Amino acid sequence: MQALFFWLFSIGMIICALAVVFNRNAVASALCFTFSICFMAGLFVMLSAFFLAAVQILVTAGAVMVLFLFIIMLLDLSAMEHAPRHWIWMACSGILAIAFLALIAKTLATLPPMAEPPATYQSQAQVSAFGKTVDENISQSQIDKRDDTHRIGRMLFATKPAPGETWESFTSYVAPFEITSLLILVATIGIIVLCKQDERPRPQYREEISREAPPVREDREAALKT
Amino acid sequence: MQITLNDYLFVAGTLFAIGLFGVLMRRNLLIIYMSLEMMLQAANLTFVAFSRFNNHMEGQVFVFFVITVAAAEVAVGLALIVALYRLKQTTTVQDLTKLKF
Repeated sequence: MQALFFWLFSIGMIICALAVVFNRNAVASALCFTFSICFMAGLFVMLSAFFLAAVQILVTAGAVMVLFLFIIMLLDLSAMEHAPRHWIWMACSGILAIAFLALIAKTLATLPPMAEPPATYQSQAQVSAFGKTVDENISQSQIDKRDDTHRIGRMLFATKPAPGETWESFTSYVAPFEITSLLILVATIGIIVLCKQDERPRPQYREEISREAPPVREDREAALKT
Repeated sequence: MQITLNDYLFVAGTLFAIGLFGVLMRRNLLIIYMSLEMMLQAANLTFVAFSRFNNHMEGQVFVFFVITVAAAEVAVGLALIVALYRLKQTTTVQDLTKLKF
């Protein structure tokens, strides 16, 4: 059952990825990429990374791809759909990519296969048997039994080690999280600077418009008279 | 049939190779950018697979950061492409030879 779903998701993902590369229509490419991301979210669910599967669909398949589609439709790309293919260039890059894939396969063949460890998280009924779901003072072994969302939240935002855990083994990602927010701020300012139009003198609207085109009302009245 | 870590790594490697192929082959800047994004997602898949099979959550926290940074990066990159299109009226890489030596 698990193998069936694994191959379903991965083959779907790879076919969609190939469609992204080979499609001539950019909008169709973007839609195939969205499907590819959704299949990857399925693989994340199989790896019991439920939170990341949700984030993947919301952020990458939702926000990022909407942005891509918006830009593709904003720019007129229809002229590129009929551009001739360069077969030699295509063959060269194909050979390079296949060589890369062969290298990966060769390396993986030397590794011993590693089976999936049993899931550590417990069912919802068992978790609620602990009492409160958000608790500062639960021990590390209890955290390990929680689901992945709880554990990621714990890693991102915990400021002190759990009882029974030492400071040496304690890792918190509060600082990287805050630095990421700074990065997003910088990106926002950068986008505003990039997209700002160069300062042309703005036209004096009332005068220029009246000089360029006659008022519409006179046209209409003239049209009504005749 | 048991699914092992190697299967996940092979699938991620295939996705990365397809992204590499797209970056090398296509001449439309937007599709190249999409292929780059695909390579990033392949790295995400390896992170999550290693995180699950080693039973350690740090990989998933990293993927969380990668997704965030990738979203910001896409916004900046698309703004660059739009600025370029305003200047040159094209998104083909062959027409952008300003920096050619």
